[in-house]
Amino acid sequence: MDMINILTVFILAIFVGNEIITKVPPTLHTPLMSGSNAISGIAIVGAIIATKIGGELGTWLGLVAVIFATINCVGGFMVTNRMLKMFKRK
Amino acid sequence: MEYTNLAYVAAAILFIIGIKRLSSPKSAQSGNTIASIGMLVAIIATVVSFELLDFRLIGIGMIIGSIIGATFAIRVQMTQMPQMVAIFNGFGGGASALVAAAEFFTKHGTTDLTTFMSGTIVLSVFIGTLTFSGSFIAFGKLQGFVSGKPIVFSGQQVINAVLVIILLSIGVLITIGMNQELNLFYGIIILALLLGITLTIPIGGADMPVVISLLNSYSGIAASATGFVLLNNGLIISGALVGASGLILTNIMCKGMNRSLANVIFGAVGLDEDTSSSDGKQINIKSSTTDEAAMILDAADKVIIVPGYGLAVAQAQHAAREVAEQLESMGKTVLYAIHPVAGRMPGHMNVLLAEANVPYDKLKDLGDINPEFEDCDVAIVLGANDVVNPAARHETSSPIYGMPILDVDKSKTVIVNKRTMNPGFAGIQNELFGFENTVMVFGDAKEMLTTLFKDLKEL
Repeated sequence: MDMINILTVFILAIFVGNEIITKVPPTLHTPLMSGSNAISGIAIVGAIIATKIGGELGTWLGLVAVIFATINCVGGFMVTNRMLKMFKRK
Repeated sequence: MEYTNLAYVAAAILFIIGIKRLSSPKSAQSGNTIASIGMLVAIIATVVSFELLDFRLIGIGMIIGSIIGATFAIRVQMTQMPQMVAIFNGFGGGASALVAAAEFFTKHGTTDLTTFMSGTIVLSVFIGTLTFSGSFIAFGKLQGFVSGKPIVFSGQQVINAVLVIILLSIGVLITIGMNQELNLFYGIIILALLLGITLTIPIGGADMPVVISLLNSYSGIAASATGFVLLNNGLIISGALVGASGLILTNIMCKGMNRSLANVIFGAVGLDEDTSSSDGKQINIKSSTTDEAAMILDAADKVIIVPGYGLAVAQAQHAAREVAEQLESMGKTVLYAIHPVAGRMPGHMNVLLAEANVPYDKLKDLGDINPEFEDCDVAIVLGANDVVNPAARHETSSPIYGMPILDVDKSKTVIVNKRTMNPGFAGIQNELFGFENTVMVFGDAKEMLTTLFKDLKEL
């Protein structure tokens, strides 16, 4: 995959993000934040790969990265769910 | 490998659908579930498609991470949500930086390390590490481990500038392959850690919504940069989504305060407490009691409640809802006015009131609620200060001049509950408190509301 391709993907993703996120109402800004936080835990994919490629030091860095990213994903999605459950109409 | 990439695209689509469903509280919960399924797809695709993975190690890491994450998620109080999001931002940024660092340690000194790759590694480590240390300082400030007041020292700006210049130079050196010594690389990590701290400590408590949003954005950008390092579309797209989300929120928060991002980051507002007292305006306030407040409310038809950070500190959201329901049972209309920067993070008040079972359609944004104050009988201000300060309209010398405010002073009567007469976080005295139509009821928001509730019942 060459540089231009991934740059294209990155820029298009920003535009998509911009489109969908401006439609989130202010009432849901905290869940948006904790939810997107959980999504940034996608670094877990890199972390899993790092435990393999990294040699000894890389493996340990990968392990810490797996822990960090899992905290992010699990904690983020769970707390967002907890919050969203509370939003009710009359 | 092709299937793996396909799975990453699927995960990205699930994330996008998930966020899209956040456009309404009704569909939001399912959106969150869809996004978490996306994450599961990405993880499973990675685990099954890469060979020679150390499953034991990954399993241990995931179990530890899940336990810590779940404990946080279950035990955190809604009032503590800002610090929780802050610390999660830190973990996200840290994870991205670690992955990029692992990549550097493996490949440095070999021909595998292209210019593009070392450049993106530097970027990822720099942003990720800065997010990590900055988030922990933000967490410390919100949790009270570090003073919430801006911490400034002379030459701070110079130190920041020097740090940035050194960081950029080392980054360029490593990128163009002039010098790929590990010591230089460690230098980046240490300097980025420092920069995260020096950039965050001068920012005051009331500016935290901006900082958290910005750090949120950084954690996404760091993930994206790591995606560039690993040439992984899943990371690039997801990181870009989060980066965009954080930037949009940052922008909304800055607009909510009518300040530029640069002013928030370098302005250290909240430090200079004697700017206001120097203009020597004496404010004569009318202090009152809850039973008087109850009588004023008894005569009202339309009541608007204005919550602020003080409500969160006092954990008074349930007491506020009780008072509101009592007023409604007395036949009055009750609405809530939510300023975009009320509290310590975007949407903070909405979550608190949702926790207290206040229906979300009663919560009105700045633009929707301001016309409502014209025919409002009583506005009850609970622990909000700067967001209701009329000085923002006319006092050009005020640090909050130009900030859009809630027009509570247009109501017939304003009841202001505060703990003391201390100025708000912008460090300025609020002329609203001295207005003809304002009465002050001092005390802890929760205690005051609980007594008010009793007084209303006894009417």
